[in-house]
Amino acid sequence: MAALRAGDGGVGAVATFIGTVRDRSDGRAVAAMELEHYPGMTEAAIEAMIDQAFARFEIRAVRVIHRIGKLEAREQIVMVAVASAHRGQAFQACEFLMDYLKTSAPFWKKEATDAGARWVDARVADDAALARWGIEAGNAAAPPAAPHG
Amino acid sequence: MKVEVRYFASLREALGGAEAVEVGEGASVGALRDALAARGGPHAEVLGRHKAVRSARNRVLCAESVLLGEGDEVGFFPPVTGG
Repeated sequence: MAALRAGDGGVGAVATFIGTVRDRSDGRAVAAMELEHYPGMTEAAIEAMIDQAFARFEIRAVRVIHRIGKLEAREQIVMVAVASAHRGQAFQACEFLMDYLKTSAPFWKKEATDAGARWVDARVADDAALARWGIEAGNAAAPPAAPHG
Repeated sequence: MKVEVRYFASLREALGGAEAVEVGEGASVGALRDALAARGGPHAEVLGRHKAVRSARNRVLCAESVLLGEGDEVGFFPPVTGG
C-alpha cells in the first residue's frame, strides 16, 4: 500500500480487494486448489485491464497481484489495489478490475475436495457483473455458437 | 497454413498441452475448432458445439470469427475462473 501511494501527495484514497480460497464450495469441503494460467497471455490480459481502468476512471495508480499454482484453503488468491484522489473512483475502479479479472483473465481453478478434484465452473453472475460496465464477457454465458465454414 | 494450438485446464487434460495443426488459407478460429472436433474421440468430446469453449489468437481473447494467419498460436480453453 505504501508503494502504491509513495511520493504522490495527490492520493487521497486507496481501495483494496483481496480474494481468498474458501474451505467450502458447492456443498463440498475444499482443502486446496490449483490455479492454472496461460503464460504470456495472463500478464498481457491483466495489463490491458489496468489500461482500461485508467481510461475509464480518475485513478493514479493500480496494483494487481494474482497467485498461481497450488493454494491451500484460506490463502490469498488475488489482490487489487487502486489509488486515487477520492474514494468514489477508487472503489469503482477496484470493482471494475475484479469483475474484469473474473470473466476475462486466463486462469482456471481446480479444487481438491473431499470427493475428489474438480474444475470450478464459471458463473453467469460474473458475466452479469461485467455487463454493468458495458462489457460483454461471453465467458460463462458463451455467445451463441454456430458452425463456421 | 501451420498453426500451433494450445489447450488449457480440462481441455489440456483431455487432449494434451499443444499440437501443430494444418489449416486452409482464410480459416477462422471457429473453423479450426470444428475441424479438430471432427476428429472424433476426445477432440469431439471437449471441442464439440455442445461445450462452452473460449479462444485466444496470439494470446489475445478472440471471437471464433477471427481469421487465422501462418504461424499463429491459438489457445482453446474452458470459460475462465480466476480472480
